[in-house]
Formats: sequence, C-alpha cells, structure tokens
Amino acid sequence: MAVFIHDTNIISPLGFSTTDNFQKILSGKSAIEMVFINDKIGSVYAGKINEDLFNDHFQSINADFKGSRIEKLLIAALSPIVEKNSLKNDSVLILSTTKGNIAALANNDLNAAFIDQLALNINSYFGFKKEPIVVSNACTSGVLALSIAKRFIEMEQCSNAYVVAVDELTSFVVSGFQSFQAMSNEPCKPYDADRTGVNLGEAAVAVFVSNEDRTESVQILGDANINDANHISGPSRTGEGLFLSIEKALNEAQIASNQIDYISAHGTATLFNDEMEAIAFNRLNLQNVPTNSLKGYFGHTLGASGLLETVITIESLKNNVLIPSFGYQQQGTTQQINIITKKESKALKTALKTASGFGGSNSAMILIKKEDHVRN
Amino acid sequence: MYAISKFINISQHVVCENGKQIFHNQEDTFAAFMKNVYKSLNISYPKFYKMDDLCKLAFIASELLLQNVTEKDIALLFSNNEASLDTDLKHQQSIQNLEDYYPSPAVFVYTLPNITIGEVSIRHQLKSESAFFVAEKYQTEYLHKYAEYLLKTNKAQKVLCGWIHFLEGNYKADFYLVEKIGILEHSKEHINDIIK
Amino acid sequence: MDALKQELKERIVNALNLEDISTEDIQDNDPLFGDGLGLDSIDALELIVLLDKEYGIKLADPKLGKEIFQSVETMAQYVAANRTK
Repeated sequence: MAVFIHDTNIISPLGFSTTDNFQKILSGKSAIEMVFINDKIGSVYAGKINEDLFNDHFQSINADFKGSRIEKLLIAALSPIVEKNSLKNDSVLILSTTKGNIAALANNDLNAAFIDQLALNINSYFGFKKEPIVVSNACTSGVLALSIAKRFIEMEQCSNAYVVAVDELTSFVVSGFQSFQAMSNEPCKPYDADRTGVNLGEAAVAVFVSNEDRTESVQILGDANINDANHISGPSRTGEGLFLSIEKALNEAQIASNQIDYISAHGTATLFNDEMEAIAFNRLNLQNVPTNSLKGYFGHTLGASGLLETVITIESLKNNVLIPSFGYQQQGTTQQINIITKKESKALKTALKTASGFGGSNSAMILIKKEDHVRN
Repeated sequence: MYAISKFINISQHVVCENGKQIFHNQEDTFAAFMKNVYKSLNISYPKFYKMDDLCKLAFIASELLLQNVTEKDIALLFSNNEASLDTDLKHQQSIQNLEDYYPSPAVFVYTLPNITIGEVSIRHQLKSESAFFVAEKYQTEYLHKYAEYLLKTNKAQKVLCGWIHFLEGNYKADFYLVEKIGILEHSKEHINDIIK
Repeated sequence: MDALKQELKERIVNALNLEDISTEDIQDNDPLFGDGLGLDSIDALELIVLLDKEYGIKLADPKLGKEIFQSVETMAQYVAANRTK
C-alpha cells in the first residue's frame, strides 16, 4: 500500500503557512535572533514566534478560543489542513512533542502539563472520533510520528492521519541545554569547522497523510527508527543507529544510495551530532549527495523539527531547488559530506530525511515525488 | 498468530513474573525496593544508580523479562500517561528560583520519556525499532496491532511492550514480550489482563 | 586540604550517584575518568555544576574541566585556589 503526504502547514517565526516559510528560506532569511528568556538566563540566540503577529493571525482562525499558547499554535497549524481534508470516522490525530505544555510547570500547574491532555483537547476541538496517538521520543518525534502514520495506515488502523508536531521555546528547555553546555553563543553553524552548539527554536507543523493518490503528493517510500544502544545523551561514534535506520529505509524503498537526490539531515551544530552524521552518511556512500541542515533557519525545534524539516524538504522536491545549509562555511567533520552552500535549481525526485535524538534514537525516511508532478 | 512468552508486573508491593509473585517489597521507599531487586539479580551495572525513578522501573522490569533472552532484534514499545513529569518537576524546581538556580545535566537528561528506551537498549544492546507513546490508559488496540505489524513485516523478531508509570511516589510497571511462541495467545484480552 | 579532599569525595559520590562506592575507595590521585570510577560525559558536566553550587566557581571554559577533574587532588587544588564560597 502506498502512503502519501498531501497538504502541509507551518507556524514558525518565518511565517504562518508553508508557502510563506519556504519563500523566506528561498530569500535567505533566518529566524535566529537574540531572544530574551528570563532575568537569570538573559538573552540567547534562538528562533521565537512573534507574539503580536501570531495573535493577530490566530484571531482570524478563532477569535473566541481561550486556551494555552501551545494549543493555539497547534490549532493554527492544523486548521487549514482540516479545512481542506474533512475528517472521516476513522481519521486519527498523531501528535509529536518532546515537552508539550511544560511551560505550565512554571505556574505550578502540573495537570496542564500532561501531554495526553493536550492531544485530547486538540482532538475534541477538531472533532476527531478516534482517540489521538501521542509520540514523545525526543528529537526524532517528528519523523517517527510520520513513520507511525504510514505504518498505521498500512496496517489499516486508520485510512488517514493528521500528523501534528509542536514544541515551544521555554526556560525549561533552554536551562537544560545550557547545563549540557550544548548551546552556542552565536547563530548556529551546522557541520562547520567553527560550530559551537545549538540554537533552540519553536514551531507548530501539520500534515495530512493518507493512502490516496493525488497529483501534488509525495510518497513515503521507506522508513526506520533504530536505536544506537550506546549512550543516553551522546550519539554513537560510528553512527550505528543512524546507519541502520537509513540502510533499512533504503531496503524498504528498494532504492540504492545513488538514487538519493538530496539529504535533509539533523545537523544540530554540536560537535558530536554533526560528526556522527558525516560518519554514518559515508558508511552508506551518501557523502556526495547534496545535504543540508535546516536548523540555521529555524533553530532546533525539538519535537517539531522532524516534521518541520520534512515539510521544507517536500517544498524543495516540489520546487526542484536545493537550499543552502545556513551557517555553513567550511568543512568541520573529519569525514567529508556534500553540504549545499548555494541555492541551486536542480531536478529533484527522491530525498532522505534523517533525525537523531537523546536516548540514542534515530529516524530515517525516504520521500519520493511522483513523476507526473511538475512545479517550478 | 503471535504469543506472549513472558510478562512482568511491578507494583508498590510485589514483583510478579507470569502472574506469580517472585519478590515482595519490604522497604519503605521506591529506591530501596528497586535496589533490593537489583541486588537480587546479581548483576554489575553501576549506571543503574544514576537513573531516574522511571528509568529504574523500566530497567528492572526489562531486566527480569529479558533474562535468558538472547535475541537482539527486540522492538521496544513503551508508554505511560505522565511522560517524564516526575523528573520534569525536579528540573523545574532547580530553575524556579532565580536566586538558587542550579540546573543539573544529570536530571535534565531524564526529562524525556524515551530515555527509558535508551537505557534498556544500552543495557541489552538492542539496536532495534522503538517508540514511546503517551496516553491516559494503555492503548491495547493499537499496541496489539502495531506489535504484530512489526513482527509480520520483519521489522523486529520480538516486541517488548511496557506500561511504566512513576509520578510523585506512585508507580506501576507492566511489561510483556511478544513473539512467535509463548505461554499465552497475543490477544487484546490477555493484554488487558496483564496491564489491568 | 585533607578536609577539602574528603568533602570533595563525599560530594562526588552523592552528586554522581556512585552508590556502591565509599569515599575510602577513592584515592586522591586515582583518575576519575577513564577506567577509574568510570565517569562519563554527563558526570563531567555535573561536576561543573558542583563547582558552581558548592564553591561558587563558574568555569569560564568548560573544556578546562578535563584537567581540573583528573583526580580528587587536582580538583582540590583548583577549588582551594578559586573558591568564592
């Protein structure tokens, strides 16, 4: 059974639609700027959604809704998708998030921080009949949620899925990453020799997945989610889990490495992650495939990143354009990979999306644009 | 047709294997209870003591379940209701007061529920498929189907399913192993009996 | 200095959850990382927090940690020279 990704939507600092986001990226705009977190942390380089602009936008979706900010982000992301694709009785909502409404803990509100409650609220807002599925698997959640959607459709658990992903920029997460010494004091530089760590970001993303064959759809051809079994916070030095994930995805898709036109990688700009990815890609003979990280544009959006970056990957495929890896200037990994440095128009058909995360998780997904699809 | 080959239940008072009590809790605290079970296993795994309570629970349940299991391609499907909220509260506490502000990396790393999967993967060297789901109650319907899907499509040779609950001192772990041959049919009824 | 070293050993055992290890087991000059106590990267980061919390030392460059945390001896020297608490 073939499973496809159809409509998509993004709510991010770069805009409130997939088109707006992609246009900004094409014009070389990054969301990363100095953002004030609190009196202790001060300001850090991060991607943050403009409060006034978003509130104005949300008014046009629902002027009466009174819920948490994270619920509004999810509703804004999903609304256009539901408008274009009416829910069926067996439609399922799949939510990807690492921390959900963790901001509630700062207000001593434990109940509001339960992730399943967040999913149930969105579920009932849109009128889903089935119970939602929530995937919380560190930074691979976004790609893993798509993998789950594809598999659940294949096993006929549902005929379509509305996959949403979200995480907010919070002092909870910033403080944690700082304790890990993982944050950069400058805009991040994935794969670069001078990279010094991550910038965090936030976004809400929604996509519609089903087994219908439509003209503007991209097929999920293969996917795998394999653990490193090495360390809970550091990636495997040999990129074992990522290597196995990509290998299995390629096998399922029945394609070879040389058929991949573009890799949308994880590229957090930490020394270890980027190095690990370069090793894994080389082990699979993918070192010449044009590759980028999109985290220079958005920051690391955690549970949203896998889905956000997949949507941008799909736009690259549909528009036949390779996007430069923002922040990269010179090779910073011991093994060479082909980092995209200039925007380039090129016929693209097949892309590989990868993600890695705390807990030794990895996900790989192969996306293919249909032959008869033409868009410039 | 698939089967459940073994199941482990841990509650505030006992540890049961396949429905029979194998350990009785004589301690006041969770930490002491788990330490006793750990010691009784006669293994040397000092990392155990660094784990947060949710991971200790997942580790012990998996350790008991995977004793004598040599297979390495075991998919891990863990779930709970509270994700990592118990440890999240600890991290929040460490940053709440800006005058007494000491976030700890050893705490922060556990503010993700899938670290339970990570710890079990590392311990048993399982380079396999996994996912952490969050739901109000155990989702027998799709977990039953998904476990069989992973086996049918050869994405795993066995599947370890677990419900791990730990929040503010209350805990419960219900783990079962799904594979081709076992002691019970892998049915929704049997799963519901195990998870209750 | 001896009192500081003993205090450091106790704090290390507590902060890093070294449950089966007593302070008597830790020699002043034993390597803390590598084979010694088997500490890892998260432990190194945790020791940086310990320096700040207990001794008021903010490490300007976390990479200095490698030298400072070689042994209890090197840690004690560094703390004695730089403590603000």
